[in-house]
Parts: sequence; C-alpha cells; structure tokens
Amino acid sequence: MASEVEEPNRRDFLVIAGNAFAAVGAAITLWPFISQMNPDAGAQALASVEIDLSPVKEGQAITAMWRGKPIFIRNRTPEEIKTAEAMNPADLPDHSARNDMLPETTPALDANRVKKGKENWLILIGICTHLGCIPKGQAMGDSKGDFGGWFCPCHGSHYDTSGRIRKGPAPRNLEVPPYEFVSDNKIKIG
Amino acid sequence: MMRAMKNGPLAALALLVGAAVAPAAYAAGGEHAHIERQEWSFGGFTGQYDKAQLQRGFQIYKDVCSACHGLKRVRFRNLFEAGGPEFPEDAVKALANEWPNKITDGPDSEGKMFEREPKAFDPILGPFKNDNEARAAQNGALPPDLSLIARARNVEYTGTWWAHPFSMLRDIATGYQEGGADYLYALLTGYHEAPADVKLGEGMSYNVAFPGHQIGMPAPLAKDNFVTYQDGTGSLDQNSRDVAAFLSWAADPSLNARKSLGWLVMLYLVVTTGLLYVGKRRIWSSIPH
Amino acid sequence: MEHTSSYEPKSAFGKWWDDRLPVARLMHGQFVDFPTPRNLNYLWTFGGILTFCLVAQIVTGIVLAMHYQPSAHEAFNSVEAIRRDVNFGWLLRNFHAVGASMFFIAVYIHIFRGLYYGSYKAPREVLWILGVLIFLVMMATAFMGYALPWGQMSFWGVTVITNLFSSLNEIIPGVGTAIVEWLWGGYSVSGTTLNRFFALHYLLPFVLFGIVVLHIWALHVAGQNNPTGLDIKTKSDAVPMFPYAVAKDAVGLFAFLILFGWFVFYVPDYLGHADNYIEANPLVTPPHIVPEWYFLPFYAILRAIPSKLGGVIAMFSAIAVLLFVPWLDTSRVRSAKYRPLYKWFFWLLVISAVALGYLGAKPAEGAYVTWSRIFTAYYFAHFLIVMPILGLIETPTALPKSISASVLPGGSGTPQGAAAAPETR
Repeated sequence: MASEVEEPNRRDFLVIAGNAFAAVGAAITLWPFISQMNPDAGAQALASVEIDLSPVKEGQAITAMWRGKPIFIRNRTPEEIKTAEAMNPADLPDHSARNDMLPETTPALDANRVKKGKENWLILIGICTHLGCIPKGQAMGDSKGDFGGWFCPCHGSHYDTSGRIRKGPAPRNLEVPPYEFVSDNKIKIG
Repeated sequence: MMRAMKNGPLAALALLVGAAVAPAAYAAGGEHAHIERQEWSFGGFTGQYDKAQLQRGFQIYKDVCSACHGLKRVRFRNLFEAGGPEFPEDAVKALANEWPNKITDGPDSEGKMFEREPKAFDPILGPFKNDNEARAAQNGALPPDLSLIARARNVEYTGTWWAHPFSMLRDIATGYQEGGADYLYALLTGYHEAPADVKLGEGMSYNVAFPGHQIGMPAPLAKDNFVTYQDGTGSLDQNSRDVAAFLSWAADPSLNARKSLGWLVMLYLVVTTGLLYVGKRRIWSSIPH
Repeated sequence: MEHTSSYEPKSAFGKWWDDRLPVARLMHGQFVDFPTPRNLNYLWTFGGILTFCLVAQIVTGIVLAMHYQPSAHEAFNSVEAIRRDVNFGWLLRNFHAVGASMFFIAVYIHIFRGLYYGSYKAPREVLWILGVLIFLVMMATAFMGYALPWGQMSFWGVTVITNLFSSLNEIIPGVGTAIVEWLWGGYSVSGTTLNRFFALHYLLPFVLFGIVVLHIWALHVAGQNNPTGLDIKTKSDAVPMFPYAVAKDAVGLFAFLILFGWFVFYVPDYLGHADNYIEANPLVTPPHIVPEWYFLPFYAILRAIPSKLGGVIAMFSAIAVLLFVPWLDTSRVRSAKYRPLYKWFFWLLVISAVALGYLGAKPAEGAYVTWSRIFTAYYFAHFLIVMPILGLIETPTALPKSISASVLPGGSGTPQGAAAAPETR
C-alpha cells in the first residue's frame, strides 16, 4: 500500500516522544481505577469499638464485631490460664505472640497475649489463620478441640486456651487485636 | 483544519435569526433576582480553599446555623482531614464529644436503642431527628440539611437572551462553579425591610435574593447581630462570606485535590497534544492531503 | 476496492496460530494497512473519539457500580459516599457524568459530519442506519443513567419521560397507563423503577458495543467516505491506516481530551443541574424540569406540538426520520462541498438544532413556543422536503477527478465547466 509514498521517519524523536507521553499518561490513568478498590475513608474511620465485659462470667465467652471481623472474648478459668502459661513457646508451631500491640518477634508466651493483671481476659480476632473460617469454641456446646481452646471445622485446626495453634494446617496463632481497658470491665478495641 | 466550517455562512444566518427572535424572547425573562458574583479563594484555575476562612465559617455554622440545620453528610473527621478546615484532630474529637446532637445507636445487649456522644466518624447532626420533627418545630418550614446546599443552589442567568450563550462560554472557560456560594452570600446579606407594596405572610421575612422574596428563615445574621471571631473582628458581610465558603467546602470537599491535580492533567494533555500534532506532521510530511 | 491483509506472521508460533485463528491477520488488515482516503480532515477523527468515549464510560461505569447502591434509600447516599470517601471517587464520578456529555458532543459532531459529506449515501445506508440505532441506544442508556443518582432531576425526569407513554391512552384507553405501570413496576416511580433502570443501564452499553462492532464492520466493507465524497479509485487515493490515520486520530483524541479534562477538573457540575444535588422527593416537583442538555432539541420538539400524543409522535419521528435519510436525499453527489444550495440548508439545520436546544431549556410559554414550532417545522422540512427536492433541481459544482487530484498540488483544477461526474451507486 505504502510503496509509492515515502516511508516516514518513524524513529523521529518527536514521534517517539509523543507516543511515549501518551503511553505514560495511559499507564498513570490506571492508578485511580486500582486505588478506588482500597478501603474508603469511611471504612478506615470506623476504627474503634467499646465492649462491656461485665456480663461475661468466668468460663464464658462472647463474640463482638470490629472492622467487620468477629472478636473472641473469653473469660478464662484459672485452670485454663495455668495450662496456657505452662506451654513453652519453643514447642509450639508458631513462636510469635501475634499480638498487634507487640513486635513480631515477641515469643508466644501466654503473658504476651493478654494484659498484665487481666490474665483471665483473652481477646482474639476470631478468624482461623489457615483460610479465614471462624473456629468453634465460643458457644457452650461447641467442640473446643483437643487443647480446650478453639477448633476450626473447615480443615481441622486446633487452638489452645491462649488461642495458639497446636495441631492442624493453620500456620499462625490467632491474632490479638489492639485494645485497651478503658475501665475495669470495659475494653476499647482499635 | 476544519475546511467545512469555512464554507458555512453561519454567522450571517445566526445574526438574522437572532435579530428576529430578540424582542419576543426578552419579554419572557427576568423572574429571578440578580445575584452579584463574589471573589472566592477557591474560584478559577488554581483556586483552593482558605483554611482560616473555612475555620471561621465553621464557627458561624456551629454558633448560628446548627441551631436548626444539620450537616449530615459531613463527618467530624472531615474537619481535620486534608483539604478542609484542618482543625487539630484532638480539638475536633473534643468538639464531637460535646456536640449537643447525639447519635442514636444500638440496639444494646438489652435490645434498646441508646444515645451516645458522636465520634470522629459520625455525621454532624442537626437538632431534629427527622423532617417531620423539624417542620413541627419550625411552623411548618423545613430547615434543609446544609451538606449539599452550596451545590444544590445556583445562580440563574438574568441577562438578555442573546448574551446567554456567550455568558455560558465565559463561565466554562473561566471555570465558574461558585454559583452556590454567590447565592448563599447574597441570601445571608439580602434581608431587608419589605417594600410597602409587598404583604408578607405570617412568620415570613423579606429577602431580595430568595426566589419570590418571601423566606421562612428569619435573618440568622444582621448588621448589629453577628458572630465575633477570636481575633475580635467580625461583621455581617464577613460572617456571610465565611459561612458560604465553609458550606462550599462541605458540598465539594474534593475541590483542593481536584484543582491541584487538574492543572497537571491539563498541562500534560496540552503538551501531549502538541507533541502528537508535530509527530503527525512529520508522518504526513511527504503526503499532500 | 477489495482489500486483503498484508499480514505475514514473523515467528513459527505466529504462523501456527495464524493457521488456526487469524485474529492478528484480521486486525492487521482492518486497522493497520487498511486503506483510508488521504484527504480526511479532523472531523473524521470523531469515530475514534467515540470509541474512546464508549470504552471510557464502560470502564468508569463498572468501577462506579462497585460503590453504587441502586435502592431508593441508598442511591443518593452512595453517590455522595463516592464523591466524598471512595479513593479517587470524585474523579471517577466526574469522569462518568461529564463523559456522558462528551459522548453526546462527539456523536452530534459525528452525525452532522455525516450529513454534510453525504456519508449516508449508497453504499453506506446500513452503516448509517446502524449509527442511528447507536444514537437511540445511547439516549436510552444516558436517560437511565441520569436516573441513578436519585436526585430531584433524576426522579422527576424519569416521571415526566416515562409518562410520555401514557399518551397512548389517546389511541386505546388504558394501554398507555398499563405500559407506564409496567415500566415503573408500581403506581409511581419508586425504588423498583430505579433498580431496573440500573440493571438496564449496566446492560445497554454492551449492546451498544455490539452495534458499534457492526457499525465498524459496515464501515470497513464500504470504506470511509471523505470530504470529496468520491470513492477510492486508485492506490494513490489512499494511505494505510497506520501510521497515517492513526497519527491523526491520536491528535484528534488528545485535543478532545483537553476539553474533556477541562470539564472534569474545572466545571464538573456545569452540564448537570443544581436540583440533582437534592435527594429525590416524590412530594415536591422542582419549578423547572429540564432534561440533560443533549436531549433538549428533542424536548423542544415534544413541547412544540400542542397535543400530548402529537408531541410524543413528533419527538420519536425526529429520530426515526434519520433512518430514511439515505433515500430522502436524491442528490447525485455525496459531499455538500459541491452542492452550493444544499450547503445553506445544511447550516440552517444546524442552527435549528442548536436553537431547539436553547428553547428546550426555556419554559414552554409565549414566544419560546412559537419559535420552537418554527424550528421544529424546519427540522422536518429539511429532511422531508428540502432533501428530496433539492437533490433533483440543484446543479452541483465541478467535482475533482479523484481524491488524489483534489489534494495534489495543481491537481485540484478540474477543467472549466466540467460536468459533475455521476458517482457509482
């Protein structure tokens, strides 16, 4: 087709510059389309929730919501605390305390997963670290697994009374969310 | 470039038709009050909100408007986020905690709804729970939520009909989007004694800017009744200007981001168009067309 | 002239693939070495611009649908959340809303270009009819899209326009009402209506995309028209699409984007209406209901006719008449460039359309109605009277011998007094 017209100089600097500008512009334009899927300003702002612990008797548990996730709150019995404290982190599949308020390297001692002086209160994000199911063990009749904590029915992960993984495919201990005691029996998560 | 356009005897015809329509259409206009345009820091090509003005404007809203009007689409957190009044975060949280209009939340563990202090992520509510309560409290007049008022009001064109297209082109070319602010300023400064031939309805006030001139809202600010700022200044004019600016932000909080990204995009488009045009000329240089 | 792709697979894999699914061959033949008339002006870049508009509307629309909630309670709130909280939501929303207007600006220029240069004439009738269908589907899509923010203009626009169908009651009592209730899914415009409008607003752009593919197909069968209206006769009349036409299309597109960008960043609300920032209220009608600017000429025609049914018929006829343009125009030459009389009537049509647009925004009273009627009368007269008669009585000016003769130096000179060459039909 182009045989009788002179071949244009396609290596012409200005032609290349124009094409490059157009291409870079198109690439940058992608960013808003990607970024819009991130949590929006409203979702980011819904950061904290307060929970009253007074109705939770010893040995009982409640489930609250924070950022759309279930929060396990268990008022542990002295025996449960004792077995949890007796465990050596080195013998566990996951050595990290997985406490959002402490560095990643903190050892998985029970003391590092609760607040000092409030050892009976175990606060966890109730999502199995395997593939995101919600473990059983909150309700009275639930199976609590082989270690008295929680049991994830999806793929059989067993957690102990400190929410640490002991058996099954889950790679990490249940995560401790950032929280604080705003009064003796009221906590604020987030 | 557009060779076809040169052929069009457009101008002559337009003038002809224009001259014919002129007297007829002119008589139909003139039902809207004329609103003066004001200078706004956020107008034009590079305009941005004036932080200090938005802070003063919020004070007017809080001290005067919030007695009746809500601002439900604005969250307390917006008051400290970038691009707005940018109050200190702690001050906003304290303000939210003391805001007189509480948030209804619940149900609690006993199944009852309860009231709590607003948090940063909560909306800035007015005193009325719903429109019916507002109407009942205000003699049947509804004080509208002010979140979008600066976008939901505009200035109607009042000039001669033939100048209208030119006025439209000028507004587009200058990026005029402040009709709402102009209107709000005109409204707040537009309360006057009613002329002798106007009979006001019960509870109504006379306002030159309001369509129909009879407005249910009594003058919220006046020459001798205005908010004094922390530095001791203040006047009806300044208060009106500041709250109009604040409400413009409330209705269009992304303006700063929009205009600061806008000039970069425009620059990019103009440069790229120029480069592509030069490139196109190179490519076509050997081909008469 | 017959065109075959000059595509040659470079690799063994390319050859293997080409024997099985010659999509690269097709693309190369249709969009790389496809012969385009060498004399196309910038008005011919609007085809590419429109393709961009459609794709951009679909992409931004899908993204907005990720955040939008089509319910009467949440629609307005969710649009506000997009404007205020979603990352770059304000940009995407402005782009989509302004994009609708830009789409129509481009399509109107495209249509009038076709009318000026006779692009609807044989052998491009099907191409033109597909274009009219695209225009119709675009209008339906835009109308339903404008309903989605669920502001006052959304709500009342839907109410008024769907009520047009109730005019059918004048033909068979009850039928109009039945159709309107069927459209609404209730006895008034409600959340149910909004929900179905959202579903259709999401669907129709893909239908549009399908018709556009046919439109481009038909274009590539007949080949592009050009300012002379002459067919491509020799190789020297054409240049390959790449890089020539593509380079020109790129300039046209970016120049158009300057306008687009200006509206998105500096006057995003200019083409909308302030009342649409008030949430829909079924108990209060805004004082002036006006449709979006791109519907105004048709709205003016609707209101120009004193009878309800007559107005509706006139409005739909104003679009339907376009379908018959290829046969209403009796002229032997395509391009108005060589039609000294038609040229004037063409601009009169442009003026009528613009004037009807202006009048459609004004209240339907007094002189505005009179002028609406005059311009409506011309609009129809143009197609039904001027086009058939003028083609028979008008003597076209001398046509150049060929496309290349019209652009080559010294080549534009046609022999003095040469008769207009009849075109191959």
